[in-house]
Order: sequence, then C-alpha cells, then structure tokens
Amino acid sequence: MRLLEFEAKAILGRHGITLPPSETLNSPGPISLDFPVMLKVQIPLGGRGKAGGVLRADDQAQADEIVVHMLNTSIRGYTPTSILAEGLADIEKEYFLAVTYDTVAKLPLVIFASEGGVDVEELASERPEKVHKRHFSARWGLLAHQARELISQAGISGKLLLGLAGVVTTLAEVFLRYDCTIVEINPLVLTKSGGLVALDCHADIEDDALFRQKEFAELENQAGRFVSEKAQSEFERKAAEIDNLDHRGVAGRVIEFDGDLGLIIGGGGASLTAFDAVQQHGGKPANYCEIGGNPSVKKVAELTKHILSKPGVSKISVITNVVSNTRVDLIARGVIKGVLALGLDPARTIAVFRVPGAWEEEGFKILKKYGVPYSERGVSIDEAAAIAVGRAAA
Amino acid sequence: MAILADRDARVIIQGITGREAASFTKDMLDYGTRVVAGCTPGKGGQQVHGVPVFDTVRQAVRDHPANASVISVPPALVKGAALEALDNGIKLLVIITERIPRKDVVEVLELARETGARVIGPNTLGLICPERVKLGMAGGPVEDVRKSYIPGPVGVASRSGGMTTEIANLLTTAGIGQTTCISIGGDSMVGCNFLELIPLFEADPETKAVVLFCEPGGVIEEHLAAWYRDNEVKLPIVAFLAGRFVDSMPGVRFGHAATIVEGDRGSARSKREQFIEAGIKVADKFSDIVPLIKEALDGEG
Repeated sequence: MRLLEFEAKAILGRHGITLPPSETLNSPGPISLDFPVMLKVQIPLGGRGKAGGVLRADDQAQADEIVVHMLNTSIRGYTPTSILAEGLADIEKEYFLAVTYDTVAKLPLVIFASEGGVDVEELASERPEKVHKRHFSARWGLLAHQARELISQAGISGKLLLGLAGVVTTLAEVFLRYDCTIVEINPLVLTKSGGLVALDCHADIEDDALFRQKEFAELENQAGRFVSEKAQSEFERKAAEIDNLDHRGVAGRVIEFDGDLGLIIGGGGASLTAFDAVQQHGGKPANYCEIGGNPSVKKVAELTKHILSKPGVSKISVITNVVSNTRVDLIARGVIKGVLALGLDPARTIAVFRVPGAWEEEGFKILKKYGVPYSERGVSIDEAAAIAVGRAAA
Repeated sequence: MAILADRDARVIIQGITGREAASFTKDMLDYGTRVVAGCTPGKGGQQVHGVPVFDTVRQAVRDHPANASVISVPPALVKGAALEALDNGIKLLVIITERIPRKDVVEVLELARETGARVIGPNTLGLICPERVKLGMAGGPVEDVRKSYIPGPVGVASRSGGMTTEIANLLTTAGIGQTTCISIGGDSMVGCNFLELIPLFEADPETKAVVLFCEPGGVIEEHLAAWYRDNEVKLPIVAFLAGRFVDSMPGVRFGHAATIVEGDRGSARSKREQFIEAGIKVADKFSDIVPLIKEALDGEG
C-alpha cells in the first residue's frame, strides 16, 4: 500500500522529523501559509513533478486557479482529491535518504546520497562515490554508530553529521515499526539556517502486514483518498465476481486481452508459461487467468461461460501444470457444464484440455464421454498450446 | 546424495493439526519420509496419522530427535514457530505459509544464519528427492508423486510450486530423473534462492545439470548470471523464463508476489540476455528444456 505524500509525512512528523509548514486542501480557498507556496497533487505515484503535478503559486488567486486545475486533471490514471500546499524551503543543500530491503542480502538497507532530488539509481551508476549504503539488522534496528558511520563515509562531519545521523536513525525506526517495504526522503534539505527538512516522502506499507498495521488498514479502506481510473474492465470485474461466488480455490483473476482464444489456465507459474506458449505459437489470447487451489465446479462453469460469452471468442483452451491439490475431474466437469449451458458442443468448443494430475482418470472419463480432445501428462504445456492454436484456427 | 535432505531426514511438522498440514503429513509418510513428531501449542497428546503431537518443539525433539521442520501455521504465527524451531536446533526449515511480512522473514533468516540453519520458502510447496524424501506439499499424494518424479541426475529449482512438479514431469516423460526438486517460494525474499542452491547442486556428485524455472520481477536471476560467469561454474544450467508478456505490462503483479516488472528492472528480456551472456542455456519454449538438458548430460559424458 503506497501512502500519499501527506500521509507519509504525518508519520515522519510524529517521530520528530522536521517538515515544511503545510496545509492539505480538498478545494480552492484561503491558504494560511505565507506565499509563495508549492502545490503538490496527492496521488500514489512517483515522478509527479515532471507530469505537472507540482506547481508554485505566488498568491491566493493563482493558487485557487492551480488547485481547481489539479483537482480536475488525471495524471497517469490518477486524479487527486487532495492537494498539499507547502511553504518554500530555503535550500542550502539537498540529500537523498531511503530505507528498503535488499532481497539478495535479505537484510534492511539504508541508502544515503550526498546529492538529492535525483534518481538515485542513475546517480549510483554514474557517480557511485556519491551513494553510500549500509545493511542493518531487522532485530536490532540501525544502531546510532552505524548511522554516524554512514554519514561520515560521505565526508560529512561536525554538527551536520549528528543531525543527519539522527534523521537516518529515525527513518530506519519508522521503516521497521510500520512494516514499510520502502521509505524514502528525497530530497532531505539542509536549510540556510542549518535545519534538516523532509521536502518529499514516499512510503510503502507491506500489504501482508496490514493485519498488524491497523492504522493503515483503516486508511486503505477509506473512500476518496484519490480517484483511480485504472479500474478493471467490465469483463474483468465480472470474472472477479465469479471468483467470489464461494471460497473454494481461485477461478477468476482475469486480465482482458483483445484476441479470440479463450483461456482457462493455472496456477501462477503455469499461467505465465501457457500464455507465452499460446502467443509463441501464433495464438491470440482473449484473456489471461489463474485457476488453482481446487475451485468448485460452479466457479469453473461460470468462468467458462463468461469467457465464451466474450464477443469473438468461440473456442476455449484449458491448460494447467500437473495438479496435485486441484482435482482434474472437477475442472473437467466445470468446463463442460459451462459449455453445455451456452448450448454449445464441448467437443468443438474446447480446443484443448490439458490438466493432468490428481483424479485424472475420473476427469478423462468425463472428457471422453463428451468427445473432448484431452492431453495427458506426456504432452507438455507448450505442445498443448500448439494444439490449441491449431484447432482454434481450423 | 541429494541436496538439503535425504532418506535420513527426521522431520517435525509445526501446525500439524491444521487441515492442509494433516493432509501433506499423510502424503509425506506414504512417500517414506520419517515424520517423527508434530507440534501445535495446546494440542499436545493428540495424534495425526499416527504422528504424536506436542505442545512445544522442545518436548517433540526431546522424545523424537529431528533435523528438519515443515511449518504450516497462519502468517502471524510463522515467525514465532520458526524461531522456536531454530532455538531447538533444527537445521532445515521449510515454510509453506504464504503472505508473511518481510520483516518477520528477515528476522527468521538472521537467526538462521547465526545457528547455521537453512530456510526454504516462505510460500513454498517444499522439496522432493525422488524415492528418498519429500518435505511439504510438492507433488501431492504418493501415487501422483511417483508419476511425475523419478530419481536421476538433474536438479530442479523453481520460483513456482506447481511448475516444480511440471518440470519434473517433463523430465520424467523424457526418461530423465532428478536428484532434488525445490520449490524455492514465490516471494521476493526467500531463505534459499538460486544463488544459494546452485553451489549446493555443484557440490553434489549426483547432480549433473540443473533446470531453473524463472519469472519476471526481482534481480536474483541477474545476480546468478554474474556469479555464474565470474566463477566459471562448470555445472550446466538450463533456465526457462516464463511470463515474457509481462514485460509489456509494468507494475502489474502476476501469480506470485514477486512477479512484477518495475520500470525496466526485472524484465524477462534482461534476464534472458544476461543468462545467455553468462553461458546459462535458455529454453525459449518449455519443451526445449528436454533437448537442452540431454545435450548438457551428454556433454558430461
């Protein structure tokens, strides 16, 4: 779950990191800060500045105009419902600071760069001497001396070293305490008067930790934090409804494509394999999907009907890995039931059925009865895809 | 020899009284794995398929010495269960549970490093050394495992649990057996990824070649390619990269938690290029795994 900038900053403020004077706006109207101010759209995306989502207003009239425009403008699929107004910082120097997980070393990692407001990956490849990193223990947290060592590596000493090390330590605490997967202050600004101010902040809370991060779980359920146009298509929404018919297994994580060959594929890795294989053999998938975990006959039947009801789709291919906890006979029953419900002939409509594994003898018996061409485990996912594409073209 | 575990493995199941755990306990026993005890706090004294259940791992291993644990408990309880196993001297953990917070995983791995233990998973189906031992759910009931897995010279490591069995099945269909087949787990951070497993396969005299099932997302394949090239590794590797179409859909998550392309990081295209440059064979079609592995095995003489 990506926090909006003002939500992330509220956490930093709670732990004593200095923020610019600010106000969150939901509509045009008087701003109590001294002008000029920066106005920033609150959407869960990076790169807002380049997309015109961060603008300066020199007076109230200009601010109103910008706020109205921002609240009515979509940036890469997101429209804000709030705008963050902030006083301008008196910038002496900018730094980059982030904490994340290093998935190779399997440890938390703090990254500090003596240049801020930049793309840190770019900086790391072009001027690696500017980027300093330090792993730390998730059990101990980042120790005070480790933070000082990191800042000192960057050639910083004296009062500034202590100030920066303090911010680094706090950010590492925030990272662990709130189950973040990343928290980044970019830029962290040294002001002309010697203060350290977090000018922008990006924080992601791990979805799988929301069960113990109640504050954010509630926030996520709050309506109207922003408007997303990345809505599912009607076809995908209906498929998700089918998946929710009961709690048995998965049959409905569907993404729509514009081809004509309907796919019932699964599980995770096998869906990727089967989809690639269909494309490699020249087929045009109508959809991606994932089934697994032994879905009910009803769900599979409804999903089959749904995919076959899509305009232009006349054939469906059923391809999975060798299953162990999903029953072949239940998948076979479900697909055939769905096809029959549409008044179609399973033998002609099912281009290929390649689901070997648990209860396969029972499954094959049913398929045979309806004359459905099925493949046993000796036919690979890739060969099954070739058969499907061939029969779909015929 | 096989890697990670062999016939002599003595296994406990943490969370054995759960429905799923009870079911794979039976499958493991049927396959000949020595499941010596189970642990579910508060249910000590019960039995699951004849396996005695204890309230604590300490009691379980005092009466029934063990060196491996399969953990299948709710996500919020995994860290505690894993620390309990490590604290009691268990050297191999297989964590089946999915959706565990990363912070918990890192804490477990930190302690595992200190105690010299290995962790497979989380979000794994487990591992199988054909006709020797099976830890976890991989392959399902014994009759299904026997159809898909046979002993032989090829190691398998997969980011997808289901595809672990699928690859074993593809090899078995072609008459090629396996040493150890491991579902490494679908999360972005797992206890043993390709980088940790390849040296183990390399050190195993029975493993003559390895098949890897890779997906877009993360940077582990890129690191493996660099390591393979820099260390002039002799063990032949055949990699299959699923989800090439995901490259054109950055930011969308497919299948596993770790399967997401962020910007141009972790794309299937970049992984493929780096593998080829490093001398790792890439099977462009799934079926191509067989001829490439045959070639590698023939090269071995």
